[in-house]
Amino acid sequence: MTAPAAAMPLERLTGVFPFLKRYPLVAIAGVILGIIVLAAVFAPFMFTRDPTALTPLHRLRPASELNWLGTDHLGRDVWSRLVYGARVSVMVGLTVAALSILLGLVIGLVAGYIRWLDAIVMRIMDGLMAIPGILLAIALVSVSGASLTTVIVAIMVPEIPRVVRLVRSVVLTVREEPYVEAAVSVGTPLPAILIRHILPNCIPPLIVQATYVCASAMLTEAILSFLGAGTPPTIPSWGNMVAEARLLFQIAPWNLLWPGIALAVTILAVNILGDGLRDRLDPKLAKRM
Amino acid sequence: MLRLIATRVLSTIPVMGVVALIVFFMLRLSGDPAAILAGDTATSEQVEKIRISLGLTKPLYEQFFGWVVQLLRFDLGTSLFTGLPVTTLIAQRIEPTAMLALTTIIFSVCIAVPMGVLAAWKSGGWIDRLVMVICVLGFSVPVFVMGYFLIFNFAITLRWFPVQGYTSPFVDFGRFLTQITLPTITLSFIYVALIARITRASVIEVLGEDYIRTARAKGQIEAKVLFRHALKNAAVPIVTVIGLGVALLIGGVVVTESVYNIPGLGRLVVDAITRRDYPIIQGLIMFFALIYIVLNLIIDIIYTLVDPRIRY
Repeated sequence: MTAPAAAMPLERLTGVFPFLKRYPLVAIAGVILGIIVLAAVFAPFMFTRDPTALTPLHRLRPASELNWLGTDHLGRDVWSRLVYGARVSVMVGLTVAALSILLGLVIGLVAGYIRWLDAIVMRIMDGLMAIPGILLAIALVSVSGASLTTVIVAIMVPEIPRVVRLVRSVVLTVREEPYVEAAVSVGTPLPAILIRHILPNCIPPLIVQATYVCASAMLTEAILSFLGAGTPPTIPSWGNMVAEARLLFQIAPWNLLWPGIALAVTILAVNILGDGLRDRLDPKLAKRM
Repeated sequence: MLRLIATRVLSTIPVMGVVALIVFFMLRLSGDPAAILAGDTATSEQVEKIRISLGLTKPLYEQFFGWVVQLLRFDLGTSLFTGLPVTTLIAQRIEPTAMLALTTIIFSVCIAVPMGVLAAWKSGGWIDRLVMVICVLGFSVPVFVMGYFLIFNFAITLRWFPVQGYTSPFVDFGRFLTQITLPTITLSFIYVALIARITRASVIEVLGEDYIRTARAKGQIEAKVLFRHALKNAAVPIVTVIGLGVALLIGGVVVTESVYNIPGLGRLVVDAITRRDYPIIQGLIMFFALIYIVLNLIIDIIYTLVDPRIRY
């Protein structure tokens, strides 16, 4: 954290290919994620049918040429539901990551730089950290009703304090740097100091944090849906598929297997990508982990 | 020393206050409790009547302080569905959850700490890589996927353990053990990952210290170097994470109890979701937050007693 260069993240991203060669696992994770995101975006073209169409005569069928992964207890095509379910996970993961990083960044920058605000903001964050995130999300969803927006907000709120703490810790070290002092002494206005001189230092650790938030958000969405306090049951999501399949687990375990594998593989890929980015962008943190 | 402990204890009061503030305003601003209580078929007059009877027409700050006074009397509110006080419901359901948490913490610490020490010792070797793979998996596989995976293999296919259920250890200890094994492993997975990773990192850091070289130079056997010299000095971050990780356990307990059909606090939450019984959820949030804060307070105080270097 010595150079003020705003171009640091870009600089560190060069030489990506030798890096991927050294860490083939990160490359594989990237490819898997790419496939999942593409499948989610182009779900209607992935040899799918209407994921909510009921065929009561074809219930709980094992895999066949017609239904690649079989059908569920209402005769819906599991492959189609799996592909459309990726949409929910990808959307929740990306939205929660983007929003909580953005909000956490603003709060952390301001709290880290303005001393009198720091105490107040950090007490609120301590309080938020003490509340079990999943329970808070369950409460928010059950009070305001199940919708995808509620789920995203409910998952995002408990993620914010960790981002704020990260940003604040970077700000606290950077604000003592000579170049910040220099900027202050030539009369640079506060917003310019924050944005031009302090913000760039926060970006590499924040990119890493974003991947972890994304993984954690996908996990929480699945847990909320599994418990019946998440994505509305009319929308196919992996959590909802597991929640429905658990009732008939002993008769048709494969209906639980597919969304379970999809969840585990996706979250694993995001985490591996995050670890790779951490080793690349934030070697100091990588050493401590 | 006493003054120090007193200051630490007192400093948790504002945190609890902030928790109450956040929970109250977030839940109040995102929905209308009267409408939930009245149900979907109620007319607007009925909702208004309930609103008046619950005191929801009073100014918000008055409602908030009323609720805080209630909390100070250990009154967490009343369940909408059963009409019982939430504290009574918690008392009825706490044993299975406490037992599951206890077995999980014991099991995780016994597995994760040696795992982390071994990985640090042979840092870069195959044991280290294996431990890191287990850690990434622990953070990635959802609790319920792990749960059903274990049930399918060890309960349905191999029939080593019962599929679901819970028996109190005070009634039948043997049955308790067979029924609690799979839930404990399920819940431990993420916790083991968390503890093993921090153990590995802090032991690696300590192994570079001069006193480790000295201990080795004087001919101390390696096991003693690792577990007496290194682990002891690496203990503070490990114990901290064990305390902070309880937050993960609380989320995991709700899911695990639901998978294994254990009648604990987690099931209380799940039942409350389907009945939209929000006072239970609100009360349990306060209860779990209190446990989390008190537990971490105790850990903090133990540091100050055990490690003379730490003085706040």
